Amino acid sequence: MSGKLMRGAVTLAVLLGGWQALVWLTGLPRYLLPGPLAVADAMRRQAPLLMQHGATTLMEILLGLVLGVALGSVSALLLARFRTARRWLMPLLVVSQAVPVFALAPLLVLWLGYGMASKIAMAVLVIYFPVTTALFDGLRRTDPGWLDLARTMGATPAATLWTIRLPAALPAFWSGVRVAAAVAPIGAVIGEWVGSSSGLGYLMLHANARMQIDLLFAAVLVLGLFAVALYAAVDALARRALPWQPDTQPADDPVG
Amino acid sequence: MTDTLPFSGLRPAPSSVAPPVPGGLSVTVSGARLTHGGAVLFSDLALTLEAGRITGLLGPSGVGKTTLLRVLAGLADPEPPTRVAAGDGLPLAGRIAYMAQQDLLLPWLSVLDNVLLGDRLRRKKPDAERLERAAALLRRVGLDGRERDRPAALSGGQRQRVALARTLMEDKPLVLMDEPFSALDALTRLRLQETAAETLAGRTVLMVTHDPLEALRIGDRLHVMTGRPATIGPPLEPPGHAPRRVDDPALLALQAELLRRLAG
Repeated sequence: MSGKLMRGAVTLAVLLGGWQALVWLTGLPRYLLPGPLAVADAMRRQAPLLMQHGATTLMEILLGLVLGVALGSVSALLLARFRTARRWLMPLLVVSQAVPVFALAPLLVLWLGYGMASKIAMAVLVIYFPVTTALFDGLRRTDPGWLDLARTMGATPAATLWTIRLPAALPAFWSGVRVAAAVAPIGAVIGEWVGSSSGLGYLMLHANARMQIDLLFAAVLVLGLFAVALYAAVDALARRALPWQPDTQPADDPVG
Repeated sequence: MTDTLPFSGLRPAPSSVAPPVPGGLSVTVSGARLTHGGAVLFSDLALTLEAGRITGLLGPSGVGKTTLLRVLAGLADPEPPTRVAAGDGLPLAGRIAYMAQQDLLLPWLSVLDNVLLGDRLRRKKPDAERLERAAALLRRVGLDGRERDRPAALSGGQRQRVALARTLMEDKPLVLMDEPFSALDALTRLRLQETAAETLAGRTVLMVTHDPLEALRIGDRLHVMTGRPATIGPPLEPPGHAPRRVDDPALLALQAELLRRLAG
């Protein structure tokens, strides 16, 4: 673990060193490419501003994630449980993915306003599909032997879904949530770019227009930190929720 | 009938055996027909499972014996004019317990919860009596103290023992076993055959297998299913009580006979 941490620190140091060296060597002005030191300086000076806008974006990401995962899960369960749902919703789901979600951003702002709602909706739209398909795929791939067993035990389809198919699909579900956690910040920031009065996306545009490129970099960095923290949190949750998964189970295999 | 061979040579038979279900159920399949891709695998096939006895069904792979078992289990739709009838004239649905080649344990449930899976699937919260019975069955199959373990912590043989306990927990008059021990190593298989024979005594059982020795050790009536279209031969009834000794010379002679029937 400490080795992993050290390797990460070394990689980071090399990247930052290279970046700073590039700035010194090329002599690019601060308003084109600020060095890591300048960005760190901007972060320190503008900390309250970054915190204020970061809080908005973080809220949008988290609400979008919760709503998107909930909606996606319900859809996947409906699809798995009801044939009618599969027949009517499946084509809709596939076609909806053919429409670039980002093209809808201006519409969402028009309909839901400049506030958080349009950004949350945007995040929900990008999260919904990976979660739905991941969970639905998992629900479809139940071991047929388990289903046979359940039938001979007189289980109703609903009981089989809750007792066997859903737990068996949880590993697939969590990989969907991992993807969702990675794309949620993108959804929120795109929403902010199209029209907003706060949030890191708004701050980036604002800083860009005023040639405060160091502030822009600082905002990107904060967003990146959110994404990494979110991914780590989801990963930890997934491991906790799936203690029976083979990769977290000790290889304890005595010969009977 | 009563000339028992008490020792199998591997383990002494435990003295307390779970009480068998009262009053066996006989089951008859008749006019059984199965076609696959236009080819007739069998037609007008008949098989009788005598009440309270273990019927072994042997045959090469692909002969259709598993399909026959699945029809009995209600897992495959019978092709007309296949008829399945229970001795008491009532439908079979809900009166069978099924054990497959894989243990089919749910990895997220404890050993005890796996044994109680039927109750869980029928949305019945197990009461103290059911819990006690599940624990007793686990003791019976030699898994005392492993109730809280997850299946991943068990060996293949132990997992199949849990599956056996789960099958017995269902407490159904007809038990259908589809090559239940074929995934195990030789020694584990022999041990498990003993436990199975002891715990299943008194129930009507159909066991599909392609291991003649296994059929001879556990089965009371053995049928060989061969050919295309397949036919089921007359029953061969090994002497004595299950589990029969592996090194019993009579058994070895019968094994040769079974192999002859399988080949021809």
